[in-house]
Amino acid sequence: MSVSVGQAKPKKSLPDKVIRHLKRHWQLHVLALPALAYMIIFNYFPMFGLVMAFQDFKVSTGFFHSKFVGLKNFEFLFQSNNIWQITRNTILYNVAFIILNMVFSVLLAMVFNEIYVRGYSKVLQTLLIMPNFLSITVVALIVYAFLAQQGGVLNQLLRAMGQSGKNWYAYVPIWPPLIVVGYLWKNVGYSSIVYVASLSGIPQEHYEAALLDGATKTQQARYITLPYLRTIITIQMILNLGGLIRGDIGWFQQVTMDSPTLYPVTDVIDTYVYRALKSMANPGMNAAVGMYQSAVGFVLVIIANAIVRKVDEDSALF
Amino acid sequence: MAKEKEVVDNSFAKINRVRPVTNVIFTVILSLLALTTVLPMVLVFTISISTSQSLKDAGYSLFPTEVSFTAYESLFKTGSQLLDSYIVTIVVTIISTILGVTMMAMYAYVLSNKRFTPRRVYTFIPFVTMLFSGGLVPSYMVNVKLGLPNTIWILILTGIVGAFNIIILRTFITSTIPEEMMDAAQIDGASEFTVFFKIVLPLAKAGLATIGLFIMVGKWNDWFTGFLYIENPKLIPLQTMLSRIQKQIDFIKNNANVANTPDGMALLKSMPTEQTRMAILMLTTLPILCVYPFFQRYFIQGLTIGSVKG
Repeated sequence: MSVSVGQAKPKKSLPDKVIRHLKRHWQLHVLALPALAYMIIFNYFPMFGLVMAFQDFKVSTGFFHSKFVGLKNFEFLFQSNNIWQITRNTILYNVAFIILNMVFSVLLAMVFNEIYVRGYSKVLQTLLIMPNFLSITVVALIVYAFLAQQGGVLNQLLRAMGQSGKNWYAYVPIWPPLIVVGYLWKNVGYSSIVYVASLSGIPQEHYEAALLDGATKTQQARYITLPYLRTIITIQMILNLGGLIRGDIGWFQQVTMDSPTLYPVTDVIDTYVYRALKSMANPGMNAAVGMYQSAVGFVLVIIANAIVRKVDEDSALF
Repeated sequence: MAKEKEVVDNSFAKINRVRPVTNVIFTVILSLLALTTVLPMVLVFTISISTSQSLKDAGYSLFPTEVSFTAYESLFKTGSQLLDSYIVTIVVTIISTILGVTMMAMYAYVLSNKRFTPRRVYTFIPFVTMLFSGGLVPSYMVNVKLGLPNTIWILILTGIVGAFNIIILRTFITSTIPEEMMDAAQIDGASEFTVFFKIVLPLAKAGLATIGLFIMVGKWNDWFTGFLYIENPKLIPLQTMLSRIQKQIDFIKNNANVANTPDGMALLKSMPTEQTRMAILMLTTLPILCVYPFFQRYFIQGLTIGSVKG
């Protein structure tokens, strides 16, 4: 396709150039082929599937022969009251996840960098990374051990203090903070790895000079360490953008035990789409929900990129 | 601070330390945080080795009042499902890690070649997948069209090639392997294949290990794919099995009218107990917890180089 982009050599015709290029570089094309095929099949084909959102889709007639119905499939989505709720939840949780995770992992890395107990800090790091390797089902069970109505640790404590236990899976107020704290618990240690490593890369001379000028540790952190970390922070933000589209359904469905009472604060677009997929018979409507999800994800990416651009223009994606 | 500055012969790092008090405070804070990761696992383990009666009387606690390993014993005795799931998960994890790492490494190598003009197009293709996705439903339809549901391939193939991992690998290759080295090899007559297999793969080991660990952990912990696509009990992966058991119990408990019927009660009785669930949790999690500390050195190195120049 873009083979013709190479330097213009007026004598050669296009097919000649293609052949010459392939003769020299066919091996590279072969190396790229498997992953390329994979992405086309599993990432690009589904994108075309979004056509369904505008069709009265019938499996028997397929993509090409189903009737187009315009925006009819979207009507139900925007008529239901859920749309505002799931959009708000998705955006708020994602923003909280990304920002808090960044703040705390940078903090953690800076603290790690300062302590000097040889050997022990390695152990601490290994332990703090651990939750990242637990599956969300496992996290859900751990949360259950704390919140279970009978025998749960939290209710035991309450009862020990003379109060009565609660059915936490029907108690709305604790869930937003619980999910955010849980997310941080699982991810901060792991995210801090990159920062710990880049902290050790800061040239010592900066600190030496600062020390000579009588800078305190806090001032060093404020004026040397943080500015130095800025690039890596923005890059990490960009890397996190991808997650915005694919919200982790586990936190909102597994950990909450899919308790309908909690939907007002735990239902996100992903869980909604999932339930739609399981219950609704109309594939067109399902695709419409999915398309709305992609649109929200896209907007989130644009916003995040704009923020990144503000902080560090060179690191912005586009 | 002033006092410390007088100690000239000490290394600079030693001089520029936080005060001992701060050091102690920081260490204590981090130790407490580390406890929050360890204690839940201890709690889960304790529950798994407690007797039902003690759980009923005393609730969950860190210290078992009565110890019994019946949960594990019964799992190993009657657990053909557990064994099947173990095999499925192990096979899936190994194959998809090898497949994913190989495909992405080859692709990343192509992207790292600066004189290869179509590189731009090849870079653009994964980039687009970062911004747009068809979503669950069209993906589902594509997988159905390919005949993947209810086969081991859906478990293996889902999500093994990802744009971010490709970018990390590409950056790793360009920043750790000198271009001159690859050029020299090619002048000596080595083909792209030879350069890739003999030079790039061995030198990019840390990067490959990092990506490999990502896929491994993702696959080992993936419950959703199995949940969505697998009906055949012989193919249910570990995590899906765990979440299914949990869901069944919740359903019966939440529906009093089912739970109170004789059938419902019989069903509840046949369900795994609290201890059994926690025992399954321990068995599904321990392998990954035993493996990751050994990979730690690699993925710290891989993550660092790969993302610094994203």
